[in-house]
Amino acid sequence: MGKITLRNVQKRFGEAVVIPSLDLDIEDGEFVVFVGPSGCGKSTLLRLIAGLEDVSDGQILIDGRNATEMPPAKRGLAMVFQSYALYPHMTVRKNIAFPLKMAKMEQSEIDRRVENAARILNLTSYIDRRPGQLSGGQRQRVAIGRAIVREPAAFLFDEPLSNLDAALRVNMRLEITELHQSLQTTMIYVTHDQVEAMTMADKIVVLNAGRIEQVGSPLTLYRNPANLFVAGFIGSPKMNLIEGPEAAKFGATTMGVRPEHIDISRESGLWQGEVGVSEHLGSDTFLHVHVAGMPTLTVRAGGEYGVHHGDKVWLTPQADKIHRFGPDGRAL
Amino acid sequence: MATQHSKTAARLMISPAVILLLLWMIVPLSMTLYFSFLRYNLLMPGMESFTGWDNYYYFLTDPAFSAALTNTILLVGGVLLITVVGGTLLALLLDQPMWGQGIVRILVIAPFFIMPTVSALVWKNMFMNPVNGMFAHIARALGMQPFDFLAHAPLASIIGIVAWQWLPFATLILLTALQSLDREQMEAAEMDGAGPLDRFLYITLPHLTRAITVVVLIQTIFLLGVFAEILVTTNGGPGTASTNITYLVYAQSLLNYDVGGGSAGGIIAVILANIVAIFLMRMIGKNLDA
Repeated sequence: MGKITLRNVQKRFGEAVVIPSLDLDIEDGEFVVFVGPSGCGKSTLLRLIAGLEDVSDGQILIDGRNATEMPPAKRGLAMVFQSYALYPHMTVRKNIAFPLKMAKMEQSEIDRRVENAARILNLTSYIDRRPGQLSGGQRQRVAIGRAIVREPAAFLFDEPLSNLDAALRVNMRLEITELHQSLQTTMIYVTHDQVEAMTMADKIVVLNAGRIEQVGSPLTLYRNPANLFVAGFIGSPKMNLIEGPEAAKFGATTMGVRPEHIDISRESGLWQGEVGVSEHLGSDTFLHVHVAGMPTLTVRAGGEYGVHHGDKVWLTPQADKIHRFGPDGRAL
Repeated sequence: MATQHSKTAARLMISPAVILLLLWMIVPLSMTLYFSFLRYNLLMPGMESFTGWDNYYYFLTDPAFSAALTNTILLVGGVLLITVVGGTLLALLLDQPMWGQGIVRILVIAPFFIMPTVSALVWKNMFMNPVNGMFAHIARALGMQPFDFLAHAPLASIIGIVAWQWLPFATLILLTALQSLDREQMEAAEMDGAGPLDRFLYITLPHLTRAITVVVLIQTIFLLGVFAEILVTTNGGPGTASTNITYLVYAQSLLNYDVGGGSAGGIIAVILANIVAIFLMRMIGKNLDA
């Protein structure tokens, strides 16, 4: 069981308010991702849940019990740190066994669980090595192993993939998602990378300056961003945000349209522009098009779309995929 | 240092310093070695003659020698024990965030800047003196008989004085080591359910092993040669109760005017120090690599 509820949770460091009153419900078995730019308070929020920071005001409930004042060890949560925080003088086996040893578990049970975790995470052949002799991905797996042997109510991940190279990151992303599928345990995952958030989450919590901007499934956030911040943060490349008279034609202060929702043509369309940089990714081509009276628009075209710098093109936003925002930045 | 040419040049450049250092060591050592085989007494100048191993025989069979050896081991061991344990505890204390941390740290380091002779005299006259000393005053205030530390527990008193001097050194080294401990590791251990004592035993202490090794190695080198503290407090006495090897060599050559015997003692001290060094390197030197 791992249902976590935050009620009016606040965090202040002296005068600085990092998290002004926040409410959040995390259901049992959910994969929740906290995402936001650096300094938005997402790691602090995770540390509050873990018990590594004291809550200034409000309550944290874990499975209905008030855990606000509980020490970290009593909350039944396991955490994977950004730096992995493995114990350098212990072998992989001892690292994974450490929480069980601290819980005064029987040696036979410890061995069974450690072997099991090592098997799940493909660590069996490294089990007697020290962290210093492992690669980044292997260390990451040891850190996860140390978390899963405790059979916690929920896993907390604090930017666990940010120290890995790009290829490994994609791999580990899949492994963590698969782990969630097989364990069906609540996971809370902090990242600044919206791709990780979109690919892994059941539910994304977008944070900005300690406030929750929007909570929802990846596709909800993609389809219906509640405000300009979410619209700009979710999606890659970023949504094109257009202000001024062009937006007013669509009855909005700011209009937003994603690069993949703009049709491109050489003959006709709504806006005429000139192609600047074009980024060929193979599967897609992203064109940066300069249109008079608008910021540079990013447009997605097919992978083999042949255009050159300076070509004239016509752009038309797909009418049903236009996002409209009012003067306060909220979606209309 | 890549080419043959630059290697040769480098060797050439270093050689004067290396040769100078070698001479600096080899000349006094060989003179000591030479004297140790002479019958050389300052009261009988010009009567030096070769005596073979006699000086060694007399020095090693002197009852004071075994006492001095025991005292040396007790002194080194005792001071190491106090400074490592005390230094770890003090470092843990100083690592806590508190008001005026900078000032407190400087104050803690202060004893290390006081020269051994001065600190030993201060301890002898202002603290341990059975009439005027602070400890005597405290004892009398509590209605007890003042204790004459340097007469009744000379070695323990000297261990105390030397440990007081070296405690800041150990504290300083261990404190810097503590500050390099990864905070996330501590938090991970906290999440894993380790209490304060377990965190100390399983995380902090293993992290400190290398620093403790450095403290033990460096202190052993210096503690084998403790001399000033003994000279100004007990003069090695009463009897030989606080004589260590260094002091015995001094007594032999300068109090008994027996340069030959003193030199033999010096060579024995060098051999003993090397044995200790080899054992230390074997035992804890492996903590230093990797």
